[in-house]
Amino acid sequence: MIADKALTRVLYIDLSKKSYWVKERPELFEKYLGGTGVATKLLKEELKPTADPLGPNNVVVMAVGIFTGAYPTASKTVTMFKSPLTGNLGESHAGGRSAVAIKMSGFGAIVIKGESDIPVYLSIHDGKVYFRDATALWGVRSTYTVGRVIREREGWPGLRSIMRIGRAGEKLIRYAGVVTETYRHFGRLGLGAVWGSKKLKAVVVGGRRGIKVADARKYREVYDKLYNRIVKSDLMKKYHDLGTPVNIIPLNKIGALPTRNLTSARFEKAEEISGEAIAATMLARRVACSHCPVACIHIAAIREEYPHEKYFYTTRYVSYDYEPLYALGTMLGISDREGLMRLIEEVEVQGMDAMSTGVALAWATEAFSRGIISEKETIVKPSWGDWKTYIQMVRYIVEQPNEFYKKLGEGTAEAAKTYGGEEFAMVFGKNEMPGYHAGPATHLGYAIGARHSHLDNAGYSYDQKLIGKEYPPPEKVIDDLMKEEAWRQILSSLVLCFFARKVYTPEIVSEALEPLGIKMSPEDLKKLGWEIYAEKYRLKLELGFDLEKDLKLPKRIFETPSPHGMISEEFMKKALDHFRARIRELTGFKA
Amino acid sequence: MSAQSASAEVKPKRLVVTNPDLCVGCMSCMFACARRYPSGGLAKSAIHVRSVGGFEKGFTVIVCRACPNPPCAKVCPTGALTPRKGGGVILNPAKCIGCGMCREACPFGAIQWDTDQNKPMICVHCGYCTNYCPHGVLELEEVRW
Repeated sequence: MIADKALTRVLYIDLSKKSYWVKERPELFEKYLGGTGVATKLLKEELKPTADPLGPNNVVVMAVGIFTGAYPTASKTVTMFKSPLTGNLGESHAGGRSAVAIKMSGFGAIVIKGESDIPVYLSIHDGKVYFRDATALWGVRSTYTVGRVIREREGWPGLRSIMRIGRAGEKLIRYAGVVTETYRHFGRLGLGAVWGSKKLKAVVVGGRRGIKVADARKYREVYDKLYNRIVKSDLMKKYHDLGTPVNIIPLNKIGALPTRNLTSARFEKAEEISGEAIAATMLARRVACSHCPVACIHIAAIREEYPHEKYFYTTRYVSYDYEPLYALGTMLGISDREGLMRLIEEVEVQGMDAMSTGVALAWATEAFSRGIISEKETIVKPSWGDWKTYIQMVRYIVEQPNEFYKKLGEGTAEAAKTYGGEEFAMVFGKNEMPGYHAGPATHLGYAIGARHSHLDNAGYSYDQKLIGKEYPPPEKVIDDLMKEEAWRQILSSLVLCFFARKVYTPEIVSEALEPLGIKMSPEDLKKLGWEIYAEKYRLKLELGFDLEKDLKLPKRIFETPSPHGMISEEFMKKALDHFRARIRELTGFKA
Repeated sequence: MSAQSASAEVKPKRLVVTNPDLCVGCMSCMFACARRYPSGGLAKSAIHVRSVGGFEKGFTVIVCRACPNPPCAKVCPTGALTPRKGGGVILNPAKCIGCGMCREACPFGAIQWDTDQNKPMICVHCGYCTNYCPHGVLELEEVRW
């Protein structure tokens, strides 16, 4: 029995009726622990599979977990919805203050349904939901401003999360994200567009309740063990020091750094935008998600002279991570650090997913250079490295001055379908690719992952560990990736940051659950991981993911050498066939 | 008496926010404070961290500074708060009616609130939180006033 009952409370909000209610769902949380497991179940209960992703029948679930507020690094909020980018399951995770704030407000999950007639934002605290008029906030140029306005108007400073969309979300750009605490994001798969379609500008949630534990002595003992592993061991050192941008140099060295729309996997100016170079010249502050002593959030300062006056300067801030540096940097051939940061800033201002935006612009640049599209479509002339033009194009994606930008706002896959160049549209299951070209497992991982994320099953890491060793047969690669994805369902149900995955082994998770009132052996947990994975993938298939049509690989990955040499089409075909058979068996899904 | 003289030799300590500029806002100290009770979550925390207006501007750490003549004790209508040796106050929860006057009186806003019990959370200057600050923002030092 879960010692803390508040976790099991689910808050339901109907935006159409401006009403809300609370249900106790202990059976859900006792079985699935929270996060992905609980969100999958709730979405399945509430969402009609045929719902239009941008219509009133789409449903957004936000879930936290049993460890949130109890143990360090259980700081992610898992959101699930029908994705307007892929047309099937959407799942996006973010940190910041969001998870702890939701838990401290007294809920384990929030379900948002319907659509409002006017723009609203929700203020959730003290067990109540307040519907606030957001008409005046609609159309505000920057997500930074929206955050500032709400910060002044609402309570619970330090104990709240302010999640909001930008103009990209309002304009239903299919890869618009939700920004939280200015520097963290529910970036992927278009949650921002879903909020925009519901006229939901923001959610502010906060509180400071306590969490009951079943065994106090043991709780503190396990806490200290975890804390020491996080702070005093090397298990999270990479994130503690340079953060994820530490990857730029080593990935470039092995030839796994996607560059200029993956026409190359090496960037000759990688040093210029490396984690080391940015830390030395622009890193202004380090901050942490709630209840995480690692503080991996790296914030850079952009110092800029006034346009028409000397000796007047502004200093603005932007957060950077490996993925934005790849998607808006190497993928676009940008080596000017300051320019790159300004481009990241513009994407932030508009509230878009950095990865999808970068890959869409990379496709557009290559299509332009090949003459598939011209200035009639692009208005400006995109060229590798020209960050000023890319800033203008980001604005155009949101403003949609013509049919081309309208299409580009529907995603790279849609734009390539209309204009051509699908062989170099770097998408997997219609989601723009992450920043690794490390070998076969990397791309198989993107393709088969339920979120089409590198984090689903870590194929990128699998490939890196295999460098210099004999490569396993395709069936084994798939089996290993699926096993990893199954275990990661436990991590994301506990809403643990994946950066802490080495800290939370099955044994330690089992030990940490006990003082909170849950008895599960490491074996039970692994089994549950497979069960959640099957449930989630079944839902993805029910929502329309087609194992034949949607499980494709872009041609480009076979044209650019990886650290494992040229990737073999034959190998990949065998692997995907094996996956189709295994996932059909796992989910019982026949189609 | 020997017991009294022994305790007189132990100098009282107080918690000091030595360098708030180094705070990354991880909230580990807040959760540590609550764990003393022991409880998860934040209801029992007597220390508070918040940004000074956006993450990029840094954080402020708010906790009792152990005033030698504490205004919170002066305004308590039931005598639930009494001055502590070395500064700050001690709460007698049996006397506290949860009126919140103490919270109003503290110019630092250093009295946190236990929303579960509707009573103030008062820092006892035990220093437990200092063990969980990864950047040396907090220290326990001997009271010099």
